[in-house]
Amino acid sequence: MNEWSPKITAFLCNWCTYGAADLAGVSRLQYPPNFRVIRVPCSGRVSPKFILAAFRQGADGVWVSGCHPGDCHYLEGNFYARRKFALLKGLLEHIGIEPGRLHFSWISSAEATKFVEVATKVANAVGALGPAKYLIKQRAEVA
Amino acid sequence: MIRYTEKIRERARELLGQGKVDVFIGYKKGTVPLMNQPVMIKRAEDVDQLLWDSNCCLNLANYLTKRTEKIGIVANGCNSRNIVIHILENQIKRDQLYILGIPCEGTIDHRAVLRAADNQELLGYSEDGKEFTIRGAGFEKTLKKEEFLRTNCKTCQHRNPVIYDELLGDPVPENTEVDPFSDVKGLETQPPEKKWSFFQNLISKCIRCYACRNACPLCYCPTCFVDESKPQWVGKSIDPIDTMTFHILRAYHCAGRCTDCGACERVCPVAIPMRQFTKKLNKDAKELFDWEAGLTLETRPLFDFYKTSDYNEFIY
Ligand code: SF4
Ligand code: SF4
Repeated sequence: MNEWSPKITAFLCNWCTYGAADLAGVSRLQYPPNFRVIRVPCSGRVSPKFILAAFRQGADGVWVSGCHPGDCHYLEGNFYARRKFALLKGLLEHIGIEPGRLHFSWISSAEATKFVEVATKVANAVGALGPAKYLIKQRAEVA
Repeated sequence: MIRYTEKIRERARELLGQGKVDVFIGYKKGTVPLMNQPVMIKRAEDVDQLLWDSNCCLNLANYLTKRTEKIGIVANGCNSRNIVIHILENQIKRDQLYILGIPCEGTIDHRAVLRAADNQELLGYSEDGKEFTIRGAGFEKTLKKEEFLRTNCKTCQHRNPVIYDELLGDPVPENTEVDPFSDVKGLETQPPEKKWSFFQNLISKCIRCYACRNACPLCYCPTCFVDESKPQWVGKSIDPIDTMTFHILRAYHCAGRCTDCGACERVCPVAIPMRQFTKKLNKDAKELFDWEAGLTLETRPLFDFYKTSDYNEFIY
């Protein structure tokens, strides 16, 4: 029997956090292996639908990470994103998604150590909650 | 409230007669009591269909979307806020509209009235100030309007129209005593599993008819996410997770835009109180961004601007 370990969907901005993950890699920094990374052009590109889709398909956690406020490659994508995410997180936690399943961060491409810290924090938080219980769409078996 | 009826007819007659508007949007009596219908009047001789009473519960802003003619419309508090949102979102132009503002004293919950009549068929309705009377085969009951207000009207904070060309009566006092979010706050203190079962239970009877979406003036996208197929965001079945996904996204698409007009709840054939979703968003918008939808034409909508100092505490 394999021990359960969380599956976490990570939406990482191409211009910052994705680069930080790369830098963590080439710097041989260790971080948890629980992430399925999806590279996006901007945290502002992340629609709430993407986050719901991840949960529906069985993600135990979702992590969205973009550039620090003021550093957006497109100048203001992350500012718009921040408002959207604030209300989305509130709504999802209100209907019963546990706090600790959905995470957001700002990590620049130079911050490999912050990437490792946050990745560890996210993996631990999701791990502590156990497998996702809600919002998983059961798919019909196809013979 | 009846007192507005004559004024609406008179002004609609003049506006149509003088050619100031091509069409007038208001309410008329429905085919059954308590069920007023929206109506579009195009000829001055038809204005006597128009009326205003405590059963004007649908949101007329819903009928403005992308219209090109000059339009007269009646608007109470919540409807006027949805008109503001329509203008801001470029669904209609301000100068196309002639708005007859109605200071609103609340509308009544037809489901509660039917319960009070032991669900017997109603054949007649009339109202007089603070009381209304329902009639059916062999019974007649006079009830206090105050006790039958819709839940959104009970806690409404904007009863007077926020935008109008003329006001048909003196402004009514705003209701500042009540907390519109007491129900949301109560649920917020519950653990996640209680919240989940509360909402699962809440939507369990949903038949996915989309009446709530169709009645809402905010839902005017040419292709709704429920109809998108590549990718398909939500299944079409009444699988509980699909239904939950629908309700989360329907509500979220109203974030920063919902006026709590209650049209969605009003039209639901199975009486689902889906405002529990939008009210959470309204509460957060108010607390985190000091935002209430549709109050002024002067600011852009909530998700269309930002401040560098916006709420950031939830981000590492
Ligand atoms: S979501 Fe419901 S209460 Fe909010 S504006 Fe739409 S119809 Fe009105
Ligand atoms: S109107 Fe009621 S039954 Fe129809 S989709 Fe909305 S919540 Fe479901």
